[in-house]
Amino acid sequence: MTRKLFLFGAMALLLIFVGFYQSWNVALGIVNLCLISSIMALGVNMQWGYAGLFNVGIMGFTALGGLTAVLVSMPPVDAAWAAGGTDILLAALSLAATVVAIIVARRLTPRTMRLPVTIVLMIAGYFLISEFFVPAARQIEAVDSAQTGYLGGMGLPIVLAWPLGGLVAAGAAWFIGKIALGLRADYLAIATLGISEIIIAVIKYEEWLTRGVKNVTGLPRPVPYEVVLVQQPWFIGLADWLDAPDLSDLAGLFVKLCYAALFLLVLAIVMWFAERALRSPWGRMMRAIRDNREAAAAMGKDVTGRHLQVFVLGCATCGIAGAMLTTLDGQLTPTSYIPLRFTFLIWVMVILGGSGNNWGAVLGGFVIWFLWVEAEPLGNWFMQTITLPMADDSFLSQHLVAGAAYTRYLLMGAILLLVMRFAPKGLIPERH
Amino acid sequence: MDVLNALALITNFVLVPAIAYGAQLSLGALGVTLIFGILRFANFSHGEMMSWGAMSTILATWWMQAQGIGIAPFPTALLALPIGIASTILMALAANRFVFRFYHRQHSNPIVFAIVSVGVMFVLAGLIRIIIGPDDQTFTDGARFIFTAGDFRQVTGLREGIALKQTQVLTVVVAVAVMAALFWFLQKTRAGKAMRAYSDDEDLALLSGVDPDRVVMIAWIITATLAAIAGTLYGLDKTYKPFIFLQILLPIFAATILGGIGQPVGAILGGFVVAFSEVMVTYAFKKFLGYLGPEDWAPEGLVQLLSTEYKFAVSFIILVAVLLIRPTGIIRGKVI
Repeated sequence: MTRKLFLFGAMALLLIFVGFYQSWNVALGIVNLCLISSIMALGVNMQWGYAGLFNVGIMGFTALGGLTAVLVSMPPVDAAWAAGGTDILLAALSLAATVVAIIVARRLTPRTMRLPVTIVLMIAGYFLISEFFVPAARQIEAVDSAQTGYLGGMGLPIVLAWPLGGLVAAGAAWFIGKIALGLRADYLAIATLGISEIIIAVIKYEEWLTRGVKNVTGLPRPVPYEVVLVQQPWFIGLADWLDAPDLSDLAGLFVKLCYAALFLLVLAIVMWFAERALRSPWGRMMRAIRDNREAAAAMGKDVTGRHLQVFVLGCATCGIAGAMLTTLDGQLTPTSYIPLRFTFLIWVMVILGGSGNNWGAVLGGFVIWFLWVEAEPLGNWFMQTITLPMADDSFLSQHLVAGAAYTRYLLMGAILLLVMRFAPKGLIPERH
Repeated sequence: MDVLNALALITNFVLVPAIAYGAQLSLGALGVTLIFGILRFANFSHGEMMSWGAMSTILATWWMQAQGIGIAPFPTALLALPIGIASTILMALAANRFVFRFYHRQHSNPIVFAIVSVGVMFVLAGLIRIIIGPDDQTFTDGARFIFTAGDFRQVTGLREGIALKQTQVLTVVVAVAVMAALFWFLQKTRAGKAMRAYSDDEDLALLSGVDPDRVVMIAWIITATLAAIAGTLYGLDKTYKPFIFLQILLPIFAATILGGIGQPVGAILGGFVVAFSEVMVTYAFKKFLGYLGPEDWAPEGLVQLLSTEYKFAVSFIILVAVLLIRPTGIIRGKVI
């Protein structure tokens, strides 16, 4: 307990330090992303820490959450719906019909005929779907493509996207889990890596749905806008009372604080469930399965079923965090999803914090995100220092300074390797 | 009906690129499968290992070009490749000595190995981006084409031409030579036999006096060599992009699993199957079918199964199909 308090206290001090020496704006910006990272780390911890599942597709589930934020909150584009809406719906219906036909046909046909029948139905379904889909996509993308060129969303409050993002990610996870969970562990890793790449490809290239690389910007906010805030009498009064030197600075801080409060609330809810689950008989069973699969199976535990359950839960958590991240950014930029940042970095958080311990995952999320952000100034400082003896215009010195940003990869790799080697239990070890 | 034109078309746009890409994938998959066979884990750092090899070769190429050393009409990179290989071997041996050996001696869980390989991947990615930067680099020199589509049209009088890039031929020649050398090594030499024995049955091999540290070291040396060659050939054929090597990991893993984990022959087969599937599924067959049909006939639409953006999706679909139907791969792998 004292260790936990000490570590979280030290983290808070670091953030306060940043607030005083860089700015409170920077510090709060870091805190917000730390909170989101912590939720992702909690999701990974459910899978790896509780159950020993190696999921390297976090990025895909995060991106699904982000996509949900767009589909829930952006206003619908009526012209696009008029141009291609019916055909898109027909394409979706054909897809559903194909799936149903395949399932029914597989039930009815004898074993030997199943594969050929499935393949024939798949080909027929493919042509049926593209009959509606291809022209529809073209028409939708043609509608004012500089501004919209996609169907838009449902125009609902963006906070709704957080739970819904979790649901969408959970659906995808169920599908992938059904395929890969019964097999050897490495296969799950490779299969999740695959599905996350495909999700990103879909988000990047299906412009009728996501605008693709043209990005959806200007997502609605769950918190007030700065420009509105500075005109409110109560806010001006607050600034007077606080004796704040700059009204717009204060508005920026206020907005960040609002986000932080919302994120903290979500983190608290997820954490509460995660802790309850871990301490329940269900959590003990999970750890028993993790520690000795064969023994647990021999005791009559449904290993694959439980794995599927925890896999879906973990991915849903990442989906929630993904929707929150897109909300905070105010935009969906599909090209920004790279696995080094959205999958492997989250893994470093869990390993450093202490796999199997929820508090560890949260602490890892804070520490690693903090280092990820502060590595750049640190790297700059380091490179400036070692290039000090060199001439300012020398090729090597300029090259090293230009590469300073990439010291963060080195740092993350070094942290992961050192922790795995010398402190595999992490900063806050699992309790038994 | 114009069968010859159709054949020329498909050769130019499907056959030749797929063979070159397949050779590059196979070399990558061979490295992954060797580590799978000996150390029994999925090596996530393999992509960056390829990138490291390509980067070292590029740096050596630049140095040679500055010195005026070259072997025109061949690309200078070929001359620089041994330096790239040496540098990759050093890197792999360092990773083995300082990272992987510890876990091997502890008999750690394969997933722990995989996580550690992610750490190695991060370090390599950081080093590569600090050394050469995150931008694309072109380092091809020498003659570009062996013959161009125009040459081919002139000689044969066909409407469709076939172009053959020098890098494509080089890729295939080098890959075949490397694979032949590898199989000779595995079948005929003492060290190769020890490696196969160790991969088949670790305990039995240990009882027969096989030195595990040596086997692992040789496996890393071979893997690094394969990675450097594969990375350089891939970079020569396309351009060198540091960020692409994490993406290419997926088709390589797909090829490994498809062929049967731990099976070198399977890795080669898998590499070509994945490459051909990727190219064929994303190729628009409109013109090809047009030649085969009656005069002035062409199918509506492009007759393309998936748009080219989904190239990587193909390897994943193959992967899922293999996992569902035959998880041991084409040639029965050792581990499920």
